[in-house]
Amino acid sequence: MSKVEKKMSKQTKPKETKKKLNVLIVDDDAINRKLHARIINQIGGVSQTAENGEEAVILHRDGNASFDLILMDKEMPKRDGASATKKLRAMKVTSMIIGVTTLADNEEERAAFMEAGLNHCLAKPLSKENLLPLINHLLDAYNG
Amino acid sequence: MDALISQLQRQFRDHTISLYQQGFLDDQFTELKKLQDDGSPDFVAEVLSLFFEDCVKLISNMARALDQTTGAVDFSTVGASVHQLKGSSSSVGAKRVKALCVSFKDFCEAQNFEGCVRCLQQVDIEYKTLKSKLQDLFNLEKQIIQAGGIVPQVDIN
Repeated sequence: MSKVEKKMSKQTKPKETKKKLNVLIVDDDAINRKLHARIINQIGGVSQTAENGEEAVILHRDGNASFDLILMDKEMPKRDGASATKKLRAMKVTSMIIGVTTLADNEEERAAFMEAGLNHCLAKPLSKENLLPLINHLLDAYNG
Repeated sequence: MDALISQLQRQFRDHTISLYQQGFLDDQFTELKKLQDDGSPDFVAEVLSLFFEDCVKLISNMARALDQTTGAVDFSTVGASVHQLKGSSSSVGAKRVKALCVSFKDFCEAQNFEGCVRCLQQVDIEYKTLKSKLQDLFNLEKQIIQAGGIVPQVDIN
């Protein structure tokens, strides 16, 4: 494609409309699911929850799930965050996935989680202050 | 009526500050309060309710796992429950409970039975104390509102 064609395709590509952020919260802890859902709600998004990685994978199995963002807890029963992330990427899920770790996790553990296919990692407890700038930054990169 | 409201607001402020100064609560509780608004007016109470339910369930799990009369002590179940309790106490800003869980986890890893039993007793006391103090706080909030006043924003810094 020539430089002109590339520029034209950029200009003609529709800008992503400002829609409500659609988020999947994957966490085995009910308190965290509630907290993170509230944060997303206050940011202006809508959320759905899954209690573990396996539920998150099942939600995507029929190919109709469409989340802008997945908040993926690291340690969960049935299927942990790393395994779920790897599986979702193998299923060609292109949602932004932010891994949620604990402060106790060391650098190696975080790096291994990132390797599974995360866009970023944050330590819990999450807050609007640490989540919103990251969402905005990732959305900018996402929209090119 | 104004005098009553002022008195209640003062009590509310003092009680809130003391909860932070005495180490019962940390900044995460402040973050929790920020998530409550007119759209979700009972958010903090709902989250705390989940936390105290967790405490009851996990303490019961730990007590069962530490019961020597049923056989060998199951330190891995105790450790798993401590880990969960540490996570939920961290999420709600229950500072003392979280700190106890750190020591408790160390005792589990060392398979120190006496240490674990002591920690379990302390965790039980600590979460009940916090629950009682938060109930007092919520009662003051309710009284302020019923008297026609506004619940003050308390700057704990």
